[in-house]
Amino acid sequence: MTPLLEVKDLRIGFKTAEDTVENVNFSLNKGQTLAIVGESGSGKTLCCRSVLGVLPKTAQIRSGQILFTTGNTNTDLLKLNERQLREIRGDRISMIFQEPMRSLSPLHKIGHQVSEVLELHRNCSKRKVKQDVLEKFARVGFVDPERAYNAYPFEMSGGMLQRAMIAMAMIAKPDLLIADEPTTALDVTTQAQVLGLIKDLQVETGMAVILVTHDLGVVANMADQVVVMNKGKIMESGESRLVLSSPAHPYTKKLFATAPIIPETPEMTPPVAHDDLILDMHNISKTFQARSTSAWKAPVLIKALRGVDLQLQRGKTLAVVGESGSGKSTCARIALGTEKPDHGGSVKFIAEQNAEPVEVQSLDFASKCAFQKQAQMVFQDPYSSLSPRMQIRDTLTEPLDIHAIGTKSERSDRAQEVLQQVGLDGNMLRRYPHAFSGGQRQRLSIARALILNPKLLVCDEPTSALDVSVQDQILTLLEEIRDQRQLSYLFISHDLAVVARIADEVAVMRQGLVVEQAPPCTLFANPKHPYTKALIAAQPEPDIHRPIDLDLVALGAGAPGSWADAYRFDKTTIPPLTEIETGHKVRCYA
Amino acid sequence: MIILRYALYRFMTMLMTLLLVSALIFMIINLPPGNYLTNQIAELQATGQDAGVAKAEFLRREYALDRPLVEQYFIWIGFWPGQYGFSGLIQGDFGWSFEFDQPVSEIVGQALWLTVLVNLAAVLFVYIVALPLGVLAAARSKTWVDYTSSFIGYLGLATPNFLLALILFYYGQKYLNLPIGGLMAPELEGEPMNFTKVKSILLHLIIPTFVIGTSGAAAMMQRLRANMLDELDKPYVETARAKGVRPAKLLAKYPLRVALNPFVADIGNLLPSMISGSVLVSVVLGLQTIGPALLTALKSQDQFLAGFILLFVALLTLIGTMISDVLLMLLDPRIRYGGRE
Repeated sequence: MTPLLEVKDLRIGFKTAEDTVENVNFSLNKGQTLAIVGESGSGKTLCCRSVLGVLPKTAQIRSGQILFTTGNTNTDLLKLNERQLREIRGDRISMIFQEPMRSLSPLHKIGHQVSEVLELHRNCSKRKVKQDVLEKFARVGFVDPERAYNAYPFEMSGGMLQRAMIAMAMIAKPDLLIADEPTTALDVTTQAQVLGLIKDLQVETGMAVILVTHDLGVVANMADQVVVMNKGKIMESGESRLVLSSPAHPYTKKLFATAPIIPETPEMTPPVAHDDLILDMHNISKTFQARSTSAWKAPVLIKALRGVDLQLQRGKTLAVVGESGSGKSTCARIALGTEKPDHGGSVKFIAEQNAEPVEVQSLDFASKCAFQKQAQMVFQDPYSSLSPRMQIRDTLTEPLDIHAIGTKSERSDRAQEVLQQVGLDGNMLRRYPHAFSGGQRQRLSIARALILNPKLLVCDEPTSALDVSVQDQILTLLEEIRDQRQLSYLFISHDLAVVARIADEVAVMRQGLVVEQAPPCTLFANPKHPYTKALIAAQPEPDIHRPIDLDLVALGAGAPGSWADAYRFDKTTIPPLTEIETGHKVRCYA
Repeated sequence: MIILRYALYRFMTMLMTLLLVSALIFMIINLPPGNYLTNQIAELQATGQDAGVAKAEFLRREYALDRPLVEQYFIWIGFWPGQYGFSGLIQGDFGWSFEFDQPVSEIVGQALWLTVLVNLAAVLFVYIVALPLGVLAAARSKTWVDYTSSFIGYLGLATPNFLLALILFYYGQKYLNLPIGGLMAPELEGEPMNFTKVKSILLHLIIPTFVIGTSGAAAMMQRLRANMLDELDKPYVETARAKGVRPAKLLAKYPLRVALNPFVADIGNLLPSMISGSVLVSVVLGLQTIGPALLTALKSQDQFLAGFILLFVALLTLIGTMISDVLLMLLDPRIRYGGRE
């Protein structure tokens, strides 16, 4: 049987530079899924875009063939002209992208954008088109297709938009769907559901899928074939069953080693004692005012946090886990005093054991300064959290300057020292941030946080913008400095696997409430709350024998009103956080 | 429905703003010591022409210039009875110009409409020229199309208007037999509107429109180009490409729609900058717009004339911003439905 798509000796390069993608070969049969795995810069996106001819302007395909076979016709996609390619795009081969929010035009109705595909490629009446689109919307999981048809992208969540994108890609019943990191920008429970949807649709229509991803867990759940790429070359390829169970190439092995996983049989550790706290947050609520729709209506109140209690033991790591909008980042900002909680909340910081607690939210200028010296933050995006116009030395010495510590040369020495501690070369001080890679920048970001010798570090998703292997290095670094300096971490994350590795205690948040709190071993071995169960189930594992249990995800990831009676909460009635065993609290009626 | 309600709301705020602006204008005109009449009286007394002084004194009482400033303002607007009852702007009495010794309405009358005409033509010119050139420059960025249009654009920005006017008059007359100066053939002035007059006005409009509009068009083109370039890299453009949309249609339908927002928002700013920018041009080109009259009025502290013209320009600006706000709402669902349940 001739494969549906066959890529032979593909070479792609930019301008006059050397090849960015070299000698890439792969083939894909009808109805199968091929995963292209690699880290950023591996050329995986270029490869899949070259199939549709939607490369960046400066990229050129230097040689190769992309043979596409439908029925009895066999065409080399690289030999087609623009007009012929346009007939294939969206009709025979379609594509979905990473960020659904940005991949749909903000000014056109969603239904209209989906209909456009049929209007371009099919000759049928407007009514038939709309009917088809509504059917597809119902199929991808819109409860009210008519309403989705008339909605604009900004009125929907990311997960819903990705469903709309899938509907758009599927509407013309293509032979091949190219999905470029389709779930990277989504929450883990949404990711599980979107992946499940793609799989179902594939079975129904018999189309083939090329899935570009960096996540081996996604590969294990989706792919028949896998291609592992690094720096523009294929490292290893073959059936995913074989590649995943016994990787042969060292690079693939390294990818496996660095991918964080939730341990199947976690090591039991005693629950964290709360006798020497460094941070004590009590009854923290936060209400935001959204602008109301008209001048005559009352402003809309959004409760980001609803009575959160968190205690961080000195020298330990408390992880706060939740989806976007769960209030976890607000929590971090309140802990550092950069945002005020609603009346009645208190944040206490205890610098030394048995020292007098300071109330973070009511500090005067001088004591706030002293507090900030002891509590620092590491941000999510190392690209935007460092000023591009400041040399590294200035970025690092600025905190010392603000707190008037040391002379100029002492500050410089100190910066050099910290730089070495985070694993960078001391002579890089004169460089600007653009000269560093993502991982190096995150190291710089940590160095800046460390330079004041803080006692508490708040890490807001410090690794979620990084590649897996780099993420592994950063986590190792964070663990090392915590142990060396007896630091305490408040660690915000959406990734349970990361948390499983670094945390001593985990608080799972949903809609501004802590729904379950326990040491990681207890939480993963014996999760009680349906939402925690869904989070754990939705985590894609790089093991084909542990597929995502979509039923479990669906059970817990829905609205809190759909949970079992014991756990259900709404705007007014909320179950208490009940301690069901030592150190394990669940928000439920006992 | 939402649009209608919003338009009504914007109209109300516009009226409020206009009232505020009128107070400001009146205050600023009266900031320098004295007014046209006190200046004149002082001058007449110095030269010993007492007969003139009596007339000036009479005018001072007639137009309530001897009353406190606040009262003068309310009389001017028409909220307060003057010498002969309510007779202010809102009653349609625009006041008396001391400099020209005529009612303001007669001086300004025709010039008002010609001003609106000239500037609307210029605004239209700006949009008609900037839209295709801006889009083209962005779509073919970093090619000769882009460089040529940018070059012409910068040339347009950098050339002083009056110089451009003189050059165009010379060559327009020489090669195209275009009329020089004025807004219509002199023999047609004061005649009722008819076909020849309209034709004459249109012919006379060509060069002024070009002169007043060029720099605006150049600036607008560059802005549109920059906006378009930002949009062209967005993922939604790629989505459309992957759907198989034709390039020309794609450009017009997706990035241009988004890039149009600042373009539309500029309508409000364009009108006043053109009117004030066209004062000098009007003087050079001999256009019978309100520009030259405003200049004279401001110099001689002819307060009713100056006040009226300034208020009129403010009104145009406010109408411009109102139109652009309503248009933006029509164009952009994010503004229209932001926060819809």
